[in-house]
Amino acid sequence: MNILIAHIILPALTTLAIMFARTQKQVRAIASGGMSIQLILSFVLLYFFLQERANGNDAVVLFAQSYSWYPSLGISFDIGVDGIAVAMILLTSIVIFTGIFASWEVDKLYKEFFISLIVLATGVYGFFISLDLFILFLFFELAVIPMYLLIGIWGSGAKEYAAMKLTLMLMGGSALLVVGILGVYFTSDVEGARTFNILVLGQHHIPIEMQRIFFPMLFIGFGVIGALFPFHTWSPDGHSSAPTAVSMLHAGVLMKLGGYGCLKVAIFLLPEAANEMAWIFIILTSISVIYGALATVVQTDLKYINAYSSVSHCGLVLFAILMLNKTASTGAVLQMISHGLMTALFFALIGMLYSRTKTRIITEMGGLMKVLPFLSVCYVIAGLTSLGLPGLSGFVAEMTIFVGAFEHNDIFHRVVTIIAISSIVVTAVYILRVIGILLMGPVRNEAYHDFPKARWFEKIATTSLVVSILIIGLMPLLLSDIIRDSMGMIVDKLVLK
Amino acid sequence: MSLQQLLLMRHEWILIASVLILLGFELNFSEEKKSNSIVVAAILFAIVTLVGFLPAATGSIFGGMYITDPLRILMKNILNLGVLIVFLQSGSWLRTKINYNRVTEFYLLILTSVIGLNFMISSGHFLMFYLGLELLTIPIAAAASYDQFKSKSAEAGIKLILSAAFSSAILLFGLSILYGASGSMYFQEVKFSVDLLQVLGFVFFFSGIAFKISIVPFHLWTADVYEGSPTNVTSYLSVVSKGAAIFVLILLLVTLFEPLRQVWQQVIYGTAIFTMTIGNLFAIRQQNLKRFLAFSSIAQAGFILLGVIGGSALGMASVIYFVLVYVFSNLAAFGVVIAIEENAGKVNMDDYNGLYKTNPRLSLVMMLALFSLAGIPPLAGFFGKFFLFTAAAEGGYYVLLFIAVMNTIISLYYYLLVVKAMFINKNDLPVGYFQSDYFTRVALSACVVGILVVGFYSPVFEYIQKLCFNYFNL
Repeated sequence: MNILIAHIILPALTTLAIMFARTQKQVRAIASGGMSIQLILSFVLLYFFLQERANGNDAVVLFAQSYSWYPSLGISFDIGVDGIAVAMILLTSIVIFTGIFASWEVDKLYKEFFISLIVLATGVYGFFISLDLFILFLFFELAVIPMYLLIGIWGSGAKEYAAMKLTLMLMGGSALLVVGILGVYFTSDVEGARTFNILVLGQHHIPIEMQRIFFPMLFIGFGVIGALFPFHTWSPDGHSSAPTAVSMLHAGVLMKLGGYGCLKVAIFLLPEAANEMAWIFIILTSISVIYGALATVVQTDLKYINAYSSVSHCGLVLFAILMLNKTASTGAVLQMISHGLMTALFFALIGMLYSRTKTRIITEMGGLMKVLPFLSVCYVIAGLTSLGLPGLSGFVAEMTIFVGAFEHNDIFHRVVTIIAISSIVVTAVYILRVIGILLMGPVRNEAYHDFPKARWFEKIATTSLVVSILIIGLMPLLLSDIIRDSMGMIVDKLVLK
Repeated sequence: MSLQQLLLMRHEWILIASVLILLGFELNFSEEKKSNSIVVAAILFAIVTLVGFLPAATGSIFGGMYITDPLRILMKNILNLGVLIVFLQSGSWLRTKINYNRVTEFYLLILTSVIGLNFMISSGHFLMFYLGLELLTIPIAAAASYDQFKSKSAEAGIKLILSAAFSSAILLFGLSILYGASGSMYFQEVKFSVDLLQVLGFVFFFSGIAFKISIVPFHLWTADVYEGSPTNVTSYLSVVSKGAAIFVLILLLVTLFEPLRQVWQQVIYGTAIFTMTIGNLFAIRQQNLKRFLAFSSIAQAGFILLGVIGGSALGMASVIYFVLVYVFSNLAAFGVVIAIEENAGKVNMDDYNGLYKTNPRLSLVMMLALFSLAGIPPLAGFFGKFFLFTAAAEGGYYVLLFIAVMNTIISLYYYLLVVKAMFINKNDLPVGYFQSDYFTRVALSACVVGILVVGFYSPVFEYIQKLCFNYFNL
């Protein structure tokens, strides 16, 4: 069986098995077992991928497979991965694996919880492997909808409002995608039968007047889930109300569907319009970057802090993609992975702290370093990744992005790049502020001394994320090479006129 | 006229036969055994549906008054599936005490209406068409006022018959103008062209059909009739009767009214926008689930017009496919509403709060049905809607498409309200646990299978599309 298909069959089988499980223990065992195998499978995929490349196989996508589905409309189940997709699949597997452990103690409707969570992950895997716009869109929506139930049922705070807002805004984005996808499908000058295949469409030309209409639709459509300003407002509410694992998966992986889609669909298929209109979106993303960072400084709720900083970091992803060159785009993908791991770690830790302190307001806590050393150290590592300390994954990503951005030598690009870079300073402010108030200082409350130490499942979740961050930080070439290779196909089309 | 030719009307003959058989049974059942006709009717209609799928000859008889071809047979079969599910779902309602002595009559009324529906789809002559349309509607008006102890039911019957009579009058007026302008009533002979008189005739004709599909601004009867009628009749009205009218509309538009294409595309463009938007906006405020589904079905009709407007083979295929999907999705939703209404007597959205705790299966069916109506993958509704949108984009109607996709967001909002009620809202006194009867469970399972499978199993759409292409290339 094709290893990519295994990536969506395995989660499907896992959900099926959970349906027949009886006790909470069984559900946990099946979910964690299934997702562990999935994680191993993703590493096997990476290994095979590197092997193929080492053997000189330089096809655009590897492990490609095509099953005809709706032949009369040109819809087929086309799958295949390039380096970017492999990296994203790996990220997804790590986050869902840790997410299962982070939600070990969910006991309200636990069966339904794990089923929805894994269905969501299935959608994400499907999205990353598909090469057909229809299938891609199908999986995209499949990933969005379980979110409503996950936040609405298991969330906290103003969960119903947040769930509805998030779902409607993301579906609004996908509504724009429908128009964009159908526009691309009908206006591209493919000879003979029409097709939804991205690679085939990429070889054909779409009239520039049409590109001007459909590029904003596709870019905003994907941009909504990538927290593009001003469509980011679902993110703080959604992330703060969602249960731990869902915040992890959503900020860690789902927001990356936006960046990935903008890069592989919007820019790849409509390169001329991308060149022409990039400046509009560069302005918007610079606002995302700096506004997200500034908004974080005044937040006091841990989840809001992380949600707003996600807006800033994901803004940087879209910003880098719009620089339209190889270096910056490679940095964008690295940033997606780095931010995915880091934010998952943040949300996991916030969930663990909250289960002990019963509050997420930082001013009500203090001195946690003394009572919970393990979790606190992990928190510091996540924080340092966020502000881009060398040796951790954040540095690699941001460095690559800004180097790429400086390849443009006109005034406009210089100005926006400097604005975006200044967000790093703001990041340092809010990260150090949180660490100072939350972790350092005297222990605020005597009851804190009775907190249970980190338990085994918490350690698994946090350790695997920390290790991944370190590996990417210390050996970035491992991933950046395969990403850079695949970026060629997309960026080469941009060199026009 | 040979037997061979008469057999072309196979669908109608077997329906008439089953009406007679049912009458025969009714005469022989004793007073206490009247409810046996529930089983007899279900079995009879299952046979009708199955026979419909057997391969059949095609052609026309009565000098072109009656036409049958593979596409029309397919349409009849899809609607038969809907009727079969309606029959299965109505068992529990007909077993209630107030209905003890009038079980068979319900089936007779619906079967008669189905006969009319079949003739309407197969008509090749304006008068035949009109007769079919009336035969489709009048028995339903009787069925709508079936609940003799509910004044709302009587009101629904009156409203339906009055608005049906009104729309028929408009339709007939349009037909007489068209006859005057073209000199014939046979579809094969009439040749239209764009002049004021014929456009006027077409507009009246379209208004008459728009009543049946409840296209805005001809939708005003819908909510009241849907709310007042027994829910089984409502589901028949919203799925089968509406589906038939849509089928006829698209059949006639692409053949008979082809010369007026410029005109009807404009008419449909406008009405589609209003139908989607008004249906959706009104649905948001509904508390009564029957009214809720009424407005949702108005909005769905607006989406269907997106497939009609292009007037292409793809558009036609997407419309037929969507109606098939809609049969399963909407009947699943109505099935749950019926089950709750029969067992707990509740139809308000607040009563559904906390339903998942007590009746998880029904809640899941309802959720699947609503998600399918909203067009969420991987359910059949997603494919149906996507193909309708594809058809609109094929014709270059991107603005209309944009309005439509924005409308899907509104519709998602109110569908999610019901999901929220069932899964998230708390309730101290939720609807208690109950076990639905055998027929209801079969019907709901069939709907769920339909919702889950029709999208994935692509040969369904491919087959429909092949028939449509053949129809266009004749």
